[in-house]
Amino acid sequence: MSAPALIDAPAADGPRRWHRFSVLERIGRSTFYLLALLAIVWSFRTIEIIPEFLVDAPTQTADLFARMWPIDWKWYPKVVHPALVETLHIATLGTILAIAMAVPTALLVARNITGSIVLNNIGRFILVATRSVHAMVWALFFVAVFGPGALAGMLAIAVHSVGFTGKFLAEAIEEARPGPIEALRAAGAPPLSILIKGYWPQVKPAFLSIAVFRWDINVRESAVLGLVGGGGIGMALDSAMSNLYWDQVGLVLLVIFGVVVVTETLTTWVRSRII
Amino acid sequence: MDASAPIKSSAAEDGARTLHIRHLFKEYRAGQPVLRDVSLTIEGRGLTAIIGPSGTGKSTLVRCINRLVDPTSGEIIFRGQNLAGLRGRELRHARRRIGMVFQEYNLVERLTVIENVLCGRLGYLPVWRAWLRRFPPADIARAFDLLDAVGLSAHATQRADQLSGGQRQRVGIARALMQEPDLLLADEPTSSLDPKTSVEIMELIARRAGERDIPVIVNIHNVDLAKRYADRIIGMARGTVVFDGPPQALEHSHLIDIYGGEGWLE
Repeated sequence: MSAPALIDAPAADGPRRWHRFSVLERIGRSTFYLLALLAIVWSFRTIEIIPEFLVDAPTQTADLFARMWPIDWKWYPKVVHPALVETLHIATLGTILAIAMAVPTALLVARNITGSIVLNNIGRFILVATRSVHAMVWALFFVAVFGPGALAGMLAIAVHSVGFTGKFLAEAIEEARPGPIEALRAAGAPPLSILIKGYWPQVKPAFLSIAVFRWDINVRESAVLGLVGGGGIGMALDSAMSNLYWDQVGLVLLVIFGVVVVTETLTTWVRSRII
Repeated sequence: MDASAPIKSSAAEDGARTLHIRHLFKEYRAGQPVLRDVSLTIEGRGLTAIIGPSGTGKSTLVRCINRLVDPTSGEIIFRGQNLAGLRGRELRHARRRIGMVFQEYNLVERLTVIENVLCGRLGYLPVWRAWLRRFPPADIARAFDLLDAVGLSAHATQRADQLSGGQRQRVGIARALMQEPDLLLADEPTSSLDPKTSVEIMELIARRAGERDIPVIVNIHNVDLAKRYADRIIGMARGTVVFDGPPQALEHSHLIDIYGGEGWLE
């Protein structure tokens, strides 16, 4: 009967107490909640909600949808279909161009490939700089340079995607197991052969997954680039809206929704096959 | 030509393959040497086993030889070159002559078995050939021969990650022999394997290197395996060589000196 010996005797000054947080921590947490509440109240005051519009909103929404019905299907073959194809082209070419730029940048960023912290940070700066500017803003920039159209949209998609693809590619490269690399080095393989035979087989699944995922995002993004002159189906949406042809707006929205569902399903399936 | 000529030439070959390590030091952190003044001459034949406790620098010593680890100071003379001073292309060319077998096999797991073996030739292959998988027919034939020699011909086109540990290590051995090395290094080749497979792998290394006259240096934890397969045993402790001799000369007192304590020997 040694069991009782395992149970510690209670402390002399009554039962032992336990609290998740110390007094100081509790004061800190209460202050944080209070500040968060103040921030919310402040935000609501800043956005200046007009109560009449808020009350009116459901009626307006219903009205908008009512005007979209019946949808103007006749408009599809004439305008929407070519615009849709253009959107898919913008997304696909943009993704390919983005990858072409992201691969060298990712190699620059990956610490196991490039041993210089200065070069790593230069690469990282490129990734952050391209990613932090939204595709719409890039589109405005390229429209100013090349004029409105698919070229501007494609370049906007490409440049904005470099950050995303490059970042995840660099992470995939850094996660490559060092063992096989060491073995190829020990065999006297030149650096490029190590890249091709040691790193690439390990990075390939992640690479394909990133590329397909980014293409999926780019299809969605390129659908709205037309609003700022970047070509594609967004342009059709823009002209329909400015002409107040709500039945055509309804058609474009429906088509965009359909394309997003299809690409999402497709890319999810492809990615599940890769991994 | 008299009959002794081939023997003489093979003796000269052995001489060229002799490895001289002189006053080798390695510090990963300044002031904390892992290797302290190691000097060894390893003849160009036979199997040399390095035993010793974990963290005593066995692995560092072996990795200094093919410069996976850069020594802090000292010389490593092999085939008339000081490996410790080589860089770039010269180092790569020197490495081609030294095969290595690893504890964790270090295969490229998503490549097939045959391609892993062919990777042993990457040092001789132009990059574009490696990229397009244009391996010379002679290399492919030799890779298949080596897979026969390690008993894995049936698995040639399987992906390496489908193999068991013992099979992977066989591929590792075939890859190292694919280099046609003048020296074979093995860093704990059996530590990730079960006892039976460990014996098979040591047997394979000793036999296949022996029939090709390739000298072998093996780091090994298992003293019994070392005694069974080695022609020479080097005992290391505290970063230096504390025993050097044939397996028969290795006594209990030496093991106590190498590993410390003696309760584990009972």
